[in-house]
Amino acid sequence: MTSRHKAMVAASLLLALHLAILFAGFMAPSDPTSQNRDFPLVPPTSLHFVDGRGKFHIRPFVYETEPVPEGLHEYRENHAHEYPLHFFVSGFPYKVAGLITWHRHLFGVQAPAQIFLAGSDSYGRDQFSRILYGGQISLAAGMLAAGISLLLALLVGCASGFYAGWIDESAMRLAELFLVLPWLYLLLAIRAFLPLHLSPSGTFFLLVAVIGTIGWARPARLIRGVVLSAKSRKYVTASRCFGASDTYILRRHVLPHTYGILLTQAALLVPQYVIAEVTLSFLGLGLGEPMPSWGNLLANLQQYNVLVSYWWMFAPALALVLVSLGYLAVADAFHQQLQSGSM
Amino acid sequence: MKFLERRLVHAILLLIGASALCFLFSTLAPGGYFDEMKLNPQISPGTVAALRSQYELDRPLPVRYEHWVQSVLRGEWGYSFAYNLPVRSLVVVRARNTLLLTSLAMALAWLIAVPLGVWSASRAGRWEDRLSTAGTSLLLSVPELVVALGLLYFAIHTHALPVGGMVSADHDTLGPWGRARDLAAHLVIPVTTLVLASLPILIRHVRASVVEVLQAPFIQAARGHGVGRTSIRFRYALPAAANPLISLFGLSVAGLLSGSLLVEVIVGWPGLGPLLLEACLSRDFYVVVGVVMMSTLFMILGSLLADVMLVIADPRVRMDNV
Repeated sequence: MTSRHKAMVAASLLLALHLAILFAGFMAPSDPTSQNRDFPLVPPTSLHFVDGRGKFHIRPFVYETEPVPEGLHEYRENHAHEYPLHFFVSGFPYKVAGLITWHRHLFGVQAPAQIFLAGSDSYGRDQFSRILYGGQISLAAGMLAAGISLLLALLVGCASGFYAGWIDESAMRLAELFLVLPWLYLLLAIRAFLPLHLSPSGTFFLLVAVIGTIGWARPARLIRGVVLSAKSRKYVTASRCFGASDTYILRRHVLPHTYGILLTQAALLVPQYVIAEVTLSFLGLGLGEPMPSWGNLLANLQQYNVLVSYWWMFAPALALVLVSLGYLAVADAFHQQLQSGSM
Repeated sequence: MKFLERRLVHAILLLIGASALCFLFSTLAPGGYFDEMKLNPQISPGTVAALRSQYELDRPLPVRYEHWVQSVLRGEWGYSFAYNLPVRSLVVVRARNTLLLTSLAMALAWLIAVPLGVWSASRAGRWEDRLSTAGTSLLLSVPELVVALGLLYFAIHTHALPVGGMVSADHDTLGPWGRARDLAAHLVIPVTTLVLASLPILIRHVRASVVEVLQAPFIQAARGHGVGRTSIRFRYALPAAANPLISLFGLSVAGLLSGSLLVEVIVGWPGLGPLLLEACLSRDFYVVVGVVMMSTLFMILGSLLADVMLVIADPRVRMDNV
């Protein structure tokens, strides 16, 4: 497999994941916040193809899950009746991309059977749906924070590369400070001084801002380097002789050189920031219940009994690993393109 | 000696910068440690105000910073609101535990990464190299959080390792040998997590720099003279490739400390991590600053160590231009 193929595979994986998460309402079989107190910690529902009489079905089916009497969080399948998996079923209403209300879902089964592809949590909420909805929050946080970082990096990098002098000197000293501090310590320290209890959306934007401010130093230094080399090109001198202004030169001759670095750094920063959000939420400093995010889904594992007995609570970790794998592979591909000079 | 002087000035500036940053951010914070007390009807507003003035929270920022610097010079590093103790006494004990964990993890990670990276470089382009690259990519995208939780799950199910804390409850009753074994058993999970988390980056860098050197003419010449393969890789190629790796050593301290914070919280290792988290949640300001200072100090020591090693390893590098 050539590196080009690998990059294509990674990019398609990423695209599929992002689409699934963007259209979480359509993909999710049940409402991520609706509790089902009779079914806490149900293991993942298994899809069957062969029924009790040994007959093969092309359409997979599930059995009804029922609690074992007298058992604590123990379940068994009721083999009396098969419930085939249906596609494009009607279910709980949701908004498509925050605009149109719709109620069709990709798949579902008829009540009283339930489908928990990744099991249910201790409130009986469907974890698969929560992972999808949590992905919206975690990925949005990662992308927005990466956007903030890159914007800061672009501003600082261009200013210090282009104008040099004391601006350059002080900006680079500050960048050094941010580079040398361990990011998690810095993140926690900044988080410590900001309000703990806020409205969910307030916490979200605060978190994005905090995460976004820690990672600007490395891209800023890279951009500064590119700006420095672009600035000394002959055509920049020529256009200055023709009377071009600083903003014109920056926009027309310098900025285009930074796009490659911006793209590569974005692909590196997004997974890093998603992990930062997950870490903060896991430690209880990020987003709280009932808003699902990958961090507070994983925070369930802080309870000893959940960690020990309910392996499907690790499912959000899989989503996290897939996303970072995809992004890192894409970043690698960008980096190679950049090295070979074709970007 | 000029070298040491310059490093010292640099380190002090860095510490001043980091602490100033902490104090600046603290002014952004609405509320503080004593705010919860105000809600308690049994504590009079006067008491809270007295406490606030005792800890100088009612003073302006520059005054507080100045007093804090004086207290650092006295060796107190400010007072913790929650423990009512000098911060240094809290931080130093915890820092020792963190240092034990991270230095062990670092040594192990490099001991594994160097031979693996060199081996992978010597097989560059072949299937062994591709396998190792794929492995490092996979490992790179598994966050420490997941590694630590996975290892805990494994440890609990196999009952092979003790889970949580630094020593067992009966640690004091054991003999010296038993104590060491107990500590070692508790170290396995956190150290393995940290090693696994830092390995992929180290292996990649070792591989990249050794691959470059292996194409150099002097390696060709050595091969032509009939020098053995192992000798070429470790005696000739590795020293030539060492400079960027030694610089990486200094930089990797930061990543390791961040990873260690999380791992400590997850496995309950009494290091700086849990202390910082606790201080963050209770807004114990001077403890937060103290821990950040301590981690900055570790970083500075790490890069100093890297520079000294660079001078030892490479005679071309002079003390005065490091």
